[in-house]
Amino acid sequence: MAIDKKTVEYVAHLARIELQDKELEKLSSQLHDILGFIDKLSELDTKDVLPTSHILPINNVLRNDQPGQSLTPAKALENAPSSEGNFFTVPKVIE
Amino acid sequence: MEFEPVIGLEVHLHLKTKTKAFCGCSTEFGGQPNSQVCPVCLGFPGTLPVLNKVALEYAIKAGLALNCTVNKFTKFDRKNYFYPDLPKDYQISQYDFPVSSNGFLEIDIDGKIKRIGITRAHLEEDAGKLIHKDSVSLVDFNRTGIALLEIVSMPEINSPQEAYEYLTGLKSILKYLGVSDCDMEKGSLRCDANVSIRPKGTIPLGVKAELKNMNSFKAVRDALEYEIERQAKCLEAGEKIIQETRLWDEKQGCSVVMRTKEGAQDYRYFPEPDLTTFIIDSGLIDEIRKSIPELPREKYQRFIKEYGLSIYDAKLLVLIREDADFAESCMQTYANNDKKLIVNWLNGALLSEANARNCQLCQLGIKAQDLVELVNFVERQEISNLSAKTVLTQMIETKKGPAEIIKEKNLSQISDTGALDGFIEEAIKENEKSVADYKAGKENALMFLVGQVMKKSKGKANPKTAQELIKRRLENA
Amino acid sequence: MELHKLTAHELIPKLETKEISAEDILQALYSRIKSIDSKVNAYVRRQNDSSFRDSPQETGTVPITIKDNICTQGLNTECCSKILGGFKPPYDATVIKKLKAAGLSIFNFKANMDEFAFGSSTENSFFGTTHNPWDLERVPGGSSGGSAACVAADEAIWALGSDTGGSIRQPASFCGVVGLKPTYGRVSRYGLIAFASSLDQIGPITKDVRDNAMLLNIISGYDALDSTSINTAVQDYTKSLTNDVKGLKIGVPKEYFVEGMDKEVEGALQEAINKLKSLGAEVKEVSLPHSKYAVPVYYIIATAEASSNLARFDGVQYGFRAQQTQNLIDMYKKTRGQGFGDEAKRRIILGTFVLSHGYYDAYYLRALKVRTLIKQDFDKVFKDFDCIIAPTAPTPAFKIGEKVSDPLKMYLSDIYTISVNLAGIPAISLPCGFTKAGLPIGMQIMSKPFAEEMIYRVAYTYEQNTDWHKSKPKI
Repeated sequence: MAIDKKTVEYVAHLARIELQDKELEKLSSQLHDILGFIDKLSELDTKDVLPTSHILPINNVLRNDQPGQSLTPAKALENAPSSEGNFFTVPKVIE
Repeated sequence: MEFEPVIGLEVHLHLKTKTKAFCGCSTEFGGQPNSQVCPVCLGFPGTLPVLNKVALEYAIKAGLALNCTVNKFTKFDRKNYFYPDLPKDYQISQYDFPVSSNGFLEIDIDGKIKRIGITRAHLEEDAGKLIHKDSVSLVDFNRTGIALLEIVSMPEINSPQEAYEYLTGLKSILKYLGVSDCDMEKGSLRCDANVSIRPKGTIPLGVKAELKNMNSFKAVRDALEYEIERQAKCLEAGEKIIQETRLWDEKQGCSVVMRTKEGAQDYRYFPEPDLTTFIIDSGLIDEIRKSIPELPREKYQRFIKEYGLSIYDAKLLVLIREDADFAESCMQTYANNDKKLIVNWLNGALLSEANARNCQLCQLGIKAQDLVELVNFVERQEISNLSAKTVLTQMIETKKGPAEIIKEKNLSQISDTGALDGFIEEAIKENEKSVADYKAGKENALMFLVGQVMKKSKGKANPKTAQELIKRRLENA
Repeated sequence: MELHKLTAHELIPKLETKEISAEDILQALYSRIKSIDSKVNAYVRRQNDSSFRDSPQETGTVPITIKDNICTQGLNTECCSKILGGFKPPYDATVIKKLKAAGLSIFNFKANMDEFAFGSSTENSFFGTTHNPWDLERVPGGSSGGSAACVAADEAIWALGSDTGGSIRQPASFCGVVGLKPTYGRVSRYGLIAFASSLDQIGPITKDVRDNAMLLNIISGYDALDSTSINTAVQDYTKSLTNDVKGLKIGVPKEYFVEGMDKEVEGALQEAINKLKSLGAEVKEVSLPHSKYAVPVYYIIATAEASSNLARFDGVQYGFRAQQTQNLIDMYKKTRGQGFGDEAKRRIILGTFVLSHGYYDAYYLRALKVRTLIKQDFDKVFKDFDCIIAPTAPTPAFKIGEKVSDPLKMYLSDIYTISVNLAGIPAISLPCGFTKAGLPIGMQIMSKPFAEEMIYRVAYTYEQNTDWHKSKPKI
């Protein structure tokens, strides 16, 4: 399957990554090659094969509804690039 | 042209677990910002989720109560999108194998029962809270990760009132189960609505709008009414309806466009690799089924059948489980086969007391035994209805029994003819005109005289006895 | 005595008899690092030499070096990425807790790696590439290149790495040390900064097989914080270190011996096979017919999961945030555009693409199905065989810069290691020879899920009957 610059631009937007023009150019051609290689999979007939999303044969791993340790607000915010009082802050969200 | 609205509702509710869906942080409402967070719900790198057992059980319980099929196999998926209230920038949700699906809820509408289909009920995690200021938005992650049940209805709701009934019914069931507080004010129940209209009698669906930001069931009804009218005006003016998300503005009583759906979201769902899949065996389902109490509609039908209640009374009484239990114990304690009188007290005086105090019937602190005793006083005509209401208020405020209050306040009705004679004598003397009127054949005059006697006795005279006595006096005079 | 050259199992008795102190070991390591790490660059965020020991180092028994993607409380953990710059986790990974509980001291400097473990050469590190101790012009392999290189260069006693598609085994092979990728679920992933959640495992990188088994003993076991951690009893792996492979059935997959394999690697493998035969193992050719699809399957599944796992690096809660941004989306895009390196961007975009609307079935779903086929290939072989032997990498360490401009070529250097992660099985890489130019060659031993003791038994027997692990690089 071919991937063009426009698709890469769209996907980069989905992934919230700003690409410089040069990067976009290079990436489009590299992804084109990689996808060409990946397309090898289409030669297999997988109609009756079940997908493996979890490799372990285990189910129903649950925890009891028991309170654990929370962080203090100060500790939670310790690594934050920007904060105000007990809040994390981000550039204003405009809908 | 007459239009028919087609409405589907998406309800998100907080499950009432002690801890969040995937970590041990508290779900308590109202803590200081970012105090109920840990590396897991903050999405710190390297951390992993582990599902809360009670959240899964509550989801199954809700599914069963909503007549859904509980799926034998269920799994979680990641819903990927960037938003500052979502610390991992994906939400753990369920895509193709929800906990339960294909259920229904019955509502009463225009005297008939209508079934509203429920497409699915799935588990997911809640996002945080954003507070918008001048130049920045503040983020509080206390709510992040609380277990949510998303209940999606079929587009089978055809009026704002039906939507209101659906939500009321849903809330009632979920509160009966004890799986959620369903408190819209605290955000533990949220509702989005999809609405479109089509010419009455046609089948194809119109273009829908998604309505958000309704803060009460009434707001949902108002927003739907507004939207249906807006769409009808659009179509009548020959305009096209655009698929969009609209925000309800309760103060203005209108909705505004939030975003159009042109650039549809691409959530890139895929199976959550950090959680296992879940096999729900029939043993667990049976066990949970056994823990489901009698639900409001069953109770409602039984109340009508067993206690001979009217539809109106039964519906009102079953709405809240604890109140229904209280009402039932009152009805059982009340010896009379005809329960009308006690029910009138429950849905009348008691309900207004509860409303005035912004609480539930059962929270008034009145014992069934005491209420029945009070009603019995009235029935035996030992106190007047009016006095009984005063006694009720006293009962709530002082937590004393009715007999004690009647005695203390000297509220017993005076039926003793000797005791009433003096009041009657006075009334006749002071109101010669009324006496003359009565003798001239004006029956109303008699009631006026009774009223005077009541006044003089400070409400304690038995009005029937008083009437009898006055009549006899005047006729014998 | 040059303590830094010893293994943990050699040091521990000396500590027990108080012949040496833990501080002595640290001193030996510091002076070694001081003298050679400017050439190797196995460690990141080294202060300049004069203030080398400014940050207090807790002393335990034997120090251990940790890859920069495993969370250490209060100690920078940055995945060698600009975007996690300055990140100090408020928690320890479960493996770190276990190491501390066992009395080990966590070394204050962390090991270099490809950014977010994306790579096979450690060239994708924000802190610059690590150099192979056997030939400083060459890569140490990756992504755990720092961990493997510091062990090989005696700048560490032992180390932890992580392996998503070969990131422990391939650098172990390039650096001539022993690296194990445990069964998926054997070691808790809690605190390992995820690359691809369904493939990642933490594992030991050591100077010999005994140390490896000792380290796995410490780090493995059930963890209630990791839903994918398996609740089964952990063996004492040192008990399987018996010098005996008599009667064991060993398979050699014919699909692995194809064009592209270096002649010297092939020769070394052949000799290793002969050695095991001579020690009494039964060796036969087996078939893993879907091997050639492993790399494409891997680059769909791993990048898809990575695109989601790395979404959280958005400049809100931790790490780097770009300055001078117009609005929220612009902040996200600039932070991620400036914070991630080329390979990270490439993989995130590829992963986002294969999951995006309209492509899911053709790529992601299909890859999950082929993953099933690859797993079944192994299941079939392990019905009749105790383990499988294969080369770890098709070539010895390649030159720095040789493959950076061609990502596809780089991806193919993991051709022999990736299937193991897709199937969730354990595998070890241990030295099995040197090229004429003196570069180490690695042999891989795989077995069925939770059969680490079988792997250790074969690896130990081979090691006891060869001398490869005794060679040291001259730096």
